[in-house]
Amino acid sequence: MSVLIAPHGDTPLVNATRFRTAHQADWERLDQLVARIEKRSVRSLSEEDILALPLLYRSALSSLSVARETSLDRALITYLEQLCTRAYFQLYGVPDTMLRQVGRFLKSDWPLAIQALWRETLVALLLTVAGAVAGYWLVASDASWYYAIIPDGMAGGRDPSASVETLRKTIYGDQKQGMLATFAAYLFTHNSQVAIFAFALGFAFTVPTILLLLYNGLSLGAMIWLFAKKGLGFGFVGWLSIHGSTEMFAIILAGAAGMKIGTAIAFPGRHPRVQAAVLAGRGAAVAMAGVVIMLMAAGLLEGIGRQTIQSDALRYGIGAAMLLGWLSYFYLPRHWRKRDALAT
Amino acid sequence: MRWRRKRGPKAVASLRRSFITPEGVDLKLELASAGTRAAAFALDMLIILVTLILASVTIGMLGHAGARSEMFMILWLVGAFILRNGWFTLFESSGRGATPGKRMLGLRVIARDGGRLTGGAVIARNALREIEVFLPLSFLGVQASQGVANGFLTIFALSWTGIFLFFPLFNRDRLRVGDLLAGTWVVNNGRAKLGADLALASIDQPRRRFSEAALNLYGIYELQTLEEVLRRGQPEAVATVAATIRRKAGMVDDGDDHGFLSDYYAALCVRLERAMLVGQRREDKYSAAAR
Repeated sequence: MSVLIAPHGDTPLVNATRFRTAHQADWERLDQLVARIEKRSVRSLSEEDILALPLLYRSALSSLSVARETSLDRALITYLEQLCTRAYFQLYGVPDTMLRQVGRFLKSDWPLAIQALWRETLVALLLTVAGAVAGYWLVASDASWYYAIIPDGMAGGRDPSASVETLRKTIYGDQKQGMLATFAAYLFTHNSQVAIFAFALGFAFTVPTILLLLYNGLSLGAMIWLFAKKGLGFGFVGWLSIHGSTEMFAIILAGAAGMKIGTAIAFPGRHPRVQAAVLAGRGAAVAMAGVVIMLMAAGLLEGIGRQTIQSDALRYGIGAAMLLGWLSYFYLPRHWRKRDALAT
Repeated sequence: MRWRRKRGPKAVASLRRSFITPEGVDLKLELASAGTRAAAFALDMLIILVTLILASVTIGMLGHAGARSEMFMILWLVGAFILRNGWFTLFESSGRGATPGKRMLGLRVIARDGGRLTGGAVIARNALREIEVFLPLSFLGVQASQGVANGFLTIFALSWTGIFLFFPLFNRDRLRVGDLLAGTWVVNNGRAKLGADLALASIDQPRRRFSEAALNLYGIYELQTLEEVLRRGQPEAVATVAATIRRKAGMVDDGDDHGFLSDYYAALCVRLERAMLVGQRREDKYSAAAR
C-alpha cells in the first residue's frame, strides 16, 4: 500500500483509489465470467474459471462490505452492488436445466402436486356431479331450461326439437374427415386456455371457479338428458367418454388447483396469509402444467380418436383405460418419501 | 418531546429491499418501478404481436399456395397458444430469469426468499396474467362488439378487473397478483461499467489547497451530489456548482471550473472519509462538522 501513496507525497489518496487499485482486476474478471454465464451458460467457462468463480464472488462481496464502510465513492459502491447481485443470482438462483426440470416434473412433481390437491379434487368432482344431476333434473322437469343452459352456438342443432337421426349423426357420423388434426389442435388450445383461466380465477376466493365447474356439470347433465330421451344415452356417453374421461378429469383438476389457491388465501391456517398463498400457488401451478398436458391428450383423442373410432365398446374401453392410467399415475404410492427425508 | 428535523427533500418510499446472502452481506436489491415493468410488458406484447402477425401472414400466403394448408393451420393454432402462454414462462424459467422485454430494461424475476426460481413459481406468476390483463381486455372486447350494452355492468366489471390490473400500485413491493402468489419479485439487474476514479483524475498536477472553513461546508450527501455532477460533466451544472462553492468558501475564480471541482471533491472526500473512519459520519451539511 505504501507504494501507492509514496509518489504523491503530501496529497493523500482517498480510500476508494487505494481500494480500486488493489482489487479492480478481480472485479473485472468476475464481471467477465458472470457476463459469459448470462450470455451463454455455465458450460462456456473453463474448469479454472469455475473454480475461481466462488472465490471471486466472495472477494467481491467482501469488497462491497469494506467499500460501504470506508469509502464515499458512490460509483464504486453502486458498481459493486450490481456486480455482487448478478454474481449471486448466477451462483445461487439458477434454475435447473430445462431437461432436468421436465424429468423431475414427470417423475415426482406432477403426481405429488396432484396428490396434494386430493381434497379440492373431491370437492370439484362433487360440484361437477351435482351440476350434472341438477342439469339433468332441470331439463327433465322443463325442456325449455335446455336453451338457457346450452347456448345456440355450442348446441349446433343438438336441441330437444332435433330428430333421433340428427342426433345419431352427431355422435356416429364421420365429420370433417380432412381437418381432424386441426380440430384436435383447436380443442387443445381452447380448452387449455379455459383451464388456465379457471385456475387464475381461483385467486378471487374461488367463487368464479366454483361457478365454472357447476356450469360445466349443468351442460353435461342437460346434454345427457337430451340424448337419453331419444334412446341414445349409451352411445352419447361412449362418444363423450373416449376423451371426456381425460378432459373432465383435467377440468376438475384445474378447478381444484384454483380452489386450493382461493382457500389458502381465505383460510391460511398456521402460515401467514402471503406465505400460505405462495405455498398453494406454486404447488397448484405445477398441477396446472400437468392439466395442460392432459388437455393435449384429450384434444388428440377428441379430434382424431373419436372421429375415426365408431364402435361403442372401443370408445368406452379407451376412455376407461385413460382414466385408469391417469389415476394410477397420480395416486399410486411411490418411494420418494425416503429420499426426500434425507435430502431435507 | 422530540421533533424530527426536516432534512432537505423528504425521502420517497424507497424501493430498496434488504436481501442478505448466505455470506451475510446485504445486497440491498432495488425493486423495479411499476413504470419500468409496464414498459417491459409492453415491449414483450409488441414482440409477441409482431411475431404473431408475421407468422399469420406467412402462413396465410403459404396456405394460399395450397401446400398442406392443414399443417400450417395446426402450426398457427399451437404457435399462438405457446406465444400467449409460453412466452413469459419459458423465458423466465431459463437461467436469465427474464423475458426479452425485461432483459432490455435490465430487470429480472427472482424468488422472494432468495432461493431458486422454480418452474412452479414461474408458471403461477404468469398464469395469473389471465385475470390481470386478458380478463379486462376480453371484457372491453365483448363490450365493443356489442356496442354500448349495459353501462352499469361495464363499470362494475372494469373496476373488478381493474383491481387486479392495478394491484402493483397498491402495495409497497410493487407485486403483481401473480408475484404475490408465486412468491417472486422483479428487481433491477443492470450491468454498469465501473466509473472512473475521480480523485485520481488530476493527481499529477499540483492541487489547490482549501481552508478548514471551505472543507467544513458540506457533508456526504453533498459530496455524492458533486460526484454525480462531475461524472455527468454538463458545463452549465459544473459552472453553477463551482460558482456556488467559491462564493461560500470565499475563493477567487481561476477560470478552471472542472479542475477546481475535482480538487475540491478529492479534498472533501479525504476529509469526510477520515472522519468516517473514526466514527464521525457527517451525513449532510446540516449535521455538525467533525472536529
